[in-house]
Amino acid sequence: MGNLNVKELKDVVIRFSGDSGDGMQLTGTLFSNTSALKGNGISTFPDYPAEIRAPQGTVAGVSGFQVHIGNSEVTNPGDYCDALIAMNPAALKANRKWLKKDATVILDGDTLTEENIKKAGFSTLDPIAELGLEGYNVVIPEITTMTKAALADMGLDNKSVGKCKNMFALGICFYIFNQPEDYAKRYIDTKFAKKNPAIAEANKRAIDAGYNYAANTHQFANTYKVDAANLEKGTYRSINGNVATAWGLCAASEKAGLPLFCGSYPITPATVILEELAKRKDLGVKTVQAEDEIAGICTSIGAAYAGNFAVTTTSGPGLSLKSEAMGLAVMAELPLVVVDVQRGGPSTGLPTKTEQSDLMQALYGRNGECPMVVVAASSPSDCFHYAFMASKIAMEHMTPVILLTDGFIANGSEPWKVPSMKDYPQINPPIVERVEDGEFMPYKRNEKLARGWAFPGKEGLEHRIGGLEKDHLKGSISYDPANHQEMTRTRAEKVARVADVLPKPEIMGESNADVLVVGWGGTRGHLQSAVSDLQQEGKSIALLHLNYLNPLPHGVKELLQGHKHIVVCELNEGQAAAYLRQNFQEFTFEQYNKTEGQPFTVVELKEKFNSLL
Amino acid sequence: MAEYKYTPADFKSDQIVKWCPGCGDHAILNAVQRALPEVAEKLGIPHNKFTFVSGIGCSSRFIYYMKIFGFHTIHGRANAVATGIKVANPDLSVWVCSGDGDSLAIGGNHFIHAIRRNIDLNMILFNNEIYGLTKGQYSPTTKLGKITKTSPFGTVEKPFNPGELVIGAKGTFFARTIDMEVMLTKDCLVAAAEHKGMAVVEALVNCVIFNDKTHALFAGDKATRTENTITLRHGEKMLFGKDNQKGLVFENMRLKVVTIGEDGYTLDDVLTHDAHTEDTTLHSMLAAMKYPEYPVAVGVIRDVKDAQIYDEKVEEQVKEVQATSKIKCVDDLLRSGETWEIE
Repeated sequence: MGNLNVKELKDVVIRFSGDSGDGMQLTGTLFSNTSALKGNGISTFPDYPAEIRAPQGTVAGVSGFQVHIGNSEVTNPGDYCDALIAMNPAALKANRKWLKKDATVILDGDTLTEENIKKAGFSTLDPIAELGLEGYNVVIPEITTMTKAALADMGLDNKSVGKCKNMFALGICFYIFNQPEDYAKRYIDTKFAKKNPAIAEANKRAIDAGYNYAANTHQFANTYKVDAANLEKGTYRSINGNVATAWGLCAASEKAGLPLFCGSYPITPATVILEELAKRKDLGVKTVQAEDEIAGICTSIGAAYAGNFAVTTTSGPGLSLKSEAMGLAVMAELPLVVVDVQRGGPSTGLPTKTEQSDLMQALYGRNGECPMVVVAASSPSDCFHYAFMASKIAMEHMTPVILLTDGFIANGSEPWKVPSMKDYPQINPPIVERVEDGEFMPYKRNEKLARGWAFPGKEGLEHRIGGLEKDHLKGSISYDPANHQEMTRTRAEKVARVADVLPKPEIMGESNADVLVVGWGGTRGHLQSAVSDLQQEGKSIALLHLNYLNPLPHGVKELLQGHKHIVVCELNEGQAAAYLRQNFQEFTFEQYNKTEGQPFTVVELKEKFNSLL
Repeated sequence: MAEYKYTPADFKSDQIVKWCPGCGDHAILNAVQRALPEVAEKLGIPHNKFTFVSGIGCSSRFIYYMKIFGFHTIHGRANAVATGIKVANPDLSVWVCSGDGDSLAIGGNHFIHAIRRNIDLNMILFNNEIYGLTKGQYSPTTKLGKITKTSPFGTVEKPFNPGELVIGAKGTFFARTIDMEVMLTKDCLVAAAEHKGMAVVEALVNCVIFNDKTHALFAGDKATRTENTITLRHGEKMLFGKDNQKGLVFENMRLKVVTIGEDGYTLDDVLTHDAHTEDTTLHSMLAAMKYPEYPVAVGVIRDVKDAQIYDEKVEEQVKEVQATSKIKCVDDLLRSGETWEIE
């Protein structure tokens, strides 16, 4: 055995796909972690159905995991794949559209039964012909049979053996892409060896069997190699957006010297943040899994009032339920971070799919004049940074902040150069320790217009606050017309002044491009790839990507000037475009929108931009 | 334990009390301002640790009239906000003021879950059987058939009995009081404060404008109350009426009102109140007693010790994990698990 014809590639995209119960998420994760450890640039994209175990063998039940590895930094999980691992005909059918022209397809031949083919909705019994896959490098190993054979002497039941076939497929991929097996084996040992050594052994054996099968068969003429990326020196780890968000919040808590509290309610695709924070008792984090979304935010508001750094986490429908309470946080002027991991909407929508359609809700979705700071993260790992910054703004400006992420960056993962906390700034909330002179004025403000944060329990600071309009100094109930006018404008001005501390936005490309692409949040990786590809072709195109939505940073207007076209690209029907029109009426904003529950593809973006160039 | 001595005046704010003249809430305010000095002294709680949280409705204005830390929140959510406060800082003495509409309708979910968690809150549930602040619509405790603005032909839905709801949710403390009985209210509040875990004190209050005399048949005046309510005290016989001539006995799986010396009943037959028993059967029956078949039970009906106190358990778990985890700060966290070096 030996990899004779090794082709070097700049990057490669592999899609693992099977029934929801086939273990494709784990298979993909093991492959991507192996690549990350080796030093490749990676980006991953899990694409799975909302049902936990949808009917076996149907297209609806197909769960996929795409890995993009490269010899330089990889900014997105790739549009189309070079290799597809399909564990059954339904997986093949569901992913046909994602194949590159000369892609390698590996299909478990044992699953090509009449029943499975029909279940997958094919009209003939020849899925390969029906999908027009002649000319592709289609390999149909009998994965189930070979896995069984490899484990025959272990005395395991059929079910356990069946569960190892994903590892057989992984072994094949390790061979084809010249990746080492040791990380996956170590993982299996730590996961299963104690509880069930036989299962651990079976999984490891299946990897070997797959690897050996691929090496010995002559069906894989070439194998591929993607060199390590030339990444910045340092300690790296793989991280997904939800965990990065949770850790960013922990970092803010540490830098503020205040305990972190999270009141939340499980909701896809945000739940992992709560799960991660529940583990972080080691850092003093308190979590309350509340009885509903409303209690999630309300317990957090209570905790903020009591002097913790409080957050709540949710997705679109949950954000709707939290609206009234967000108004209370605005009125009470308490720091609070509301994380909204956006998913396809409206209503229950597409719970496991991605979208950016909560922007308007984040900006405006509350009764009354109710301004909140809105921040958006743009990659799995920068969720850490933006979660930190959202928290810093919330605490230093005494305002609730919405942090928008989305299903794509929340579930996607990438290698991340681990920061050092000494490089992060201190967070200095305006905590009141004692009354200076006379009576305590809870609504007295500093230069940021932030009021003092006086925790219950502090002597002499007894005061009452609430959702009723308050006197501009004393905080007691006030129905005075002039006071309400003043308070309304002050709350707005307080949020507007956050712009003074925001970093200046930068443009990628020239300041007088033919096309200025404007994006925000989780689309950055795809937009960057598309724009930089076209720039390398010599096209006059630039990118302005926004992370701070409300307030917009100073300097956006200047960056919008001087371009022939401005096209706002987002995964909704034009929410940021409408918002920018409202803010900058002197410009014409064209739009490129998509609401398929899927991220943009670089290919479609380039097509669109080329049509404007 | 430090000694804290206060008078009711120390808990009075400078705000003008704006409830209607004759509203039962005035009497509850009075009782709370008398109870807190006693609580402070007995439990060693300084003034600045009392934190009151309310929802929306007449009774929720309560916090503005107290000189304490107060948070007037949104409709129905007082228990949720209070839960956050108590978990964030278990050192505070957290009180919730809420009404029958606020906690049993829009906030019903938070109410039962606060009880289920047995978080250490003291809740005063102002029950006037009506929505007062919105001017007279029926509430979840309004009597069946009652004519109100939203039930012009009478309600067609049965009311909740808050006591049954609390005990049904395995609440560890339930007491009931009547607005006019200021000392009884004060005693119930002190007992609630002494109880570790969720304590609910239902205050039957009169809404003089929109539901006047709703409790009057058994609570209208002193004489009526003597005959038609029974004040329960742990360890004491369940007696009521003028000269304590009437009592409660348990017969055929039901409670029964008897007169001592009549039909062969003696004092020995009369039940002794055990507020501390974990068993909910009798507590539930006592809380459910309705006039005129029974006297209405007031006082501490249930006061059970239960070590499973939510805020304490959250705190304990954090300390346990902190003691053993290798992760002591965010830098440790960022470098935990699988990492690799790029040279």
